[in-house]
Amino acid sequence: MAEIQSLMHGFGVALTLTNLLLMFTGVTLGVIIGVLPGLGGANGVAILLPLTFSMAQTPGGATSAIILLSCIYWGALFGGAITSILFNIPGEPWSVATTFDGFPLAQNGRAGAALTAAFTSSFFGAFVAVLVITFLSPVIAGFALEFGPPEFFSVYLLTFCAFIGTSKEPAFKTLAAMMLGFALAAVGTDPVTGTLRLTFGSTRLLTGFDFLVAVIGLFGIGEILLTLEEGLAFKGASAKLNLNVVLQTWKELPRYWMTSLRSAAVGCFMGIVPGGATPASFMSYGVARRFSPDGERFGTGKVEGVVAPETAAHAAGTSALLPMITLGVPGSPTAAVLLGGLMIWGLQPGPLLFVEQKDFVWGLIASMYLGNIAGLIVVLTCVPLFAAILRVPFSVIAPIIMVVCAIGAYTVHNAIFDVWMMVVFGILGYLFKKLQYPLAPLVLAIVLGDSAEASFRQAMLVSQGDMRIFFSNTLVGFLTTLALLLLLWPLLSWSLAKIRRTSA
Amino acid sequence: MNGAREEADRAAIGKKSAEIIVAALFFAVGALVMYDSQRLGSTWGGDGPQPGYFPFYVALIICASSVINIVRALMIRADKDSAFVMRGQLKLVLAVLIPTALYAAAITWIGIYVASILFIGYFMRRLGKYPWWKVVAVSIGTAVVLYLIFEVWFLVPLPKGPLESLLGLD
Repeated sequence: MAEIQSLMHGFGVALTLTNLLLMFTGVTLGVIIGVLPGLGGANGVAILLPLTFSMAQTPGGATSAIILLSCIYWGALFGGAITSILFNIPGEPWSVATTFDGFPLAQNGRAGAALTAAFTSSFFGAFVAVLVITFLSPVIAGFALEFGPPEFFSVYLLTFCAFIGTSKEPAFKTLAAMMLGFALAAVGTDPVTGTLRLTFGSTRLLTGFDFLVAVIGLFGIGEILLTLEEGLAFKGASAKLNLNVVLQTWKELPRYWMTSLRSAAVGCFMGIVPGGATPASFMSYGVARRFSPDGERFGTGKVEGVVAPETAAHAAGTSALLPMITLGVPGSPTAAVLLGGLMIWGLQPGPLLFVEQKDFVWGLIASMYLGNIAGLIVVLTCVPLFAAILRVPFSVIAPIIMVVCAIGAYTVHNAIFDVWMMVVFGILGYLFKKLQYPLAPLVLAIVLGDSAEASFRQAMLVSQGDMRIFFSNTLVGFLTTLALLLLLWPLLSWSLAKIRRTSA
Repeated sequence: MNGAREEADRAAIGKKSAEIIVAALFFAVGALVMYDSQRLGSTWGGDGPQPGYFPFYVALIICASSVINIVRALMIRADKDSAFVMRGQLKLVLAVLIPTALYAAAITWIGIYVASILFIGYFMRRLGKYPWWKVVAVSIGTAVVLYLIFEVWFLVPLPKGPLESLLGLD
């Protein structure tokens, strides 16, 4: 099959000593980022992105750069589980469901089993997702080569409507946050006519708001402020992970093959449709509890209750890269940051990547297999080390994280103004998190705003302002209809529930 | 979550007020964007949509949804209103937020390294109550490590101030 051949070629690209070294560095950094409060996949990658600018200029450097950054992402996905299980503090939002059974297991002295189960299922989830990416992305990319502006706009529409349909946050808050992102994206030079918009005479706003700065502020500073509220002390179970425990847990795991498969499927689906890793983890935890023979004992420390959310979260986090590389539409904030990286390195994300940048795409896909193996090795062997990081008191680690965030924000454009913006975004992140305004659609809107607007306006130019162009053929009509259904989903489910209640 | 301090456990701001304030801010931003889009032309020009067309409708949705959010917040009954933030929590958050803002402002004059040393030092001394030698070791140690990573290894220059020019580092 052509995919296997391309993949083998990709392994040839990815399997150099430098790249392997970058993989281990990336994964280790990523786990640390995932373990530390205030640093997560999205802002960790955003902070380190400027460091790759010069790396990406060398031949083959863009591949190395994406390998480094994506491995940081895999590491962060793994790292979230460590804090959830040992400290009952989800390092990442998608690890919240892991605390339900992971922390009780640790309290019962089975921390090793919980960690092994979490890491192994993470690996399994990611592996399934990478398989999906390997075989599905060339198909989708081939399909998308024929896309014109209306098709692209309908894909964007679908992405954003999916947020409203699937998010746990109130629909109108999601809508407001998302549109704020679009408004922020519009600041600066109009991509079509070159007119200055929303700058109000300020020269600093000429280039607009950079989403990297927004990500670092919203997720980094905002998260630290939230963590502060909870107090400064971390108390956690100790982590011992020896070969014996690992092997024993591995013997137990095949029993949950059905849960694993189901969770991987949920995860892949939620990752591709931009629902994201967090709802995927909750959803598959819920499904596993319903279908498991001892579902009522979930929450008291069942290994199965760790397997389900971890598999799904990692599958979703990984498959979120599929729409990013095939369509240029990221499925999660971290994927959005990676997409931003591609654009900065001078690569145009989208279906053409598969034609023009074969080395890059297949090198990246091959590195997903290798990076997750590297990740599994790193986390299984170094858990005590990572747990020790969490024992560094918050009053030492928090200011250092803030300083790192500030440097990250500065290096994006070498502008001190961006550090101030980061603080402003930090306050916003704190307020939004507390009031349930979702951050993911906000960030995605800042990233995609210009492209979404451009495709909309191009489509409108083609049709001379006739909205029916979004229903002009089967594909675009299908996408638009699906998007509108998702948009109206909260309303539909609300009225369905109402009807059911009155009839009952 | 952990410490139970009586005074600190009083609400500083109710959730209802916070909801209304944030939704009102959203509305204000939306109104501002609509105003500027109107100025640029938010209608259909001779050759297609004008520059303000897309932002105008985006802002219209912001305003509409924040009105709904305000109405929903107003419907929270007084006895159902919970605390948005406790006094103790707010104190802690401000004790970090204000120095962070000062830190961001100070970078312009004294460079990022000196500012970082002072910031980390303040944090450790005031909030962590560490002995001075630890404070000095960690804060200066961090600055040196950052200098090595960014300036030496990755060749990314960071903002510097008078101290660095005195030391001949810039």
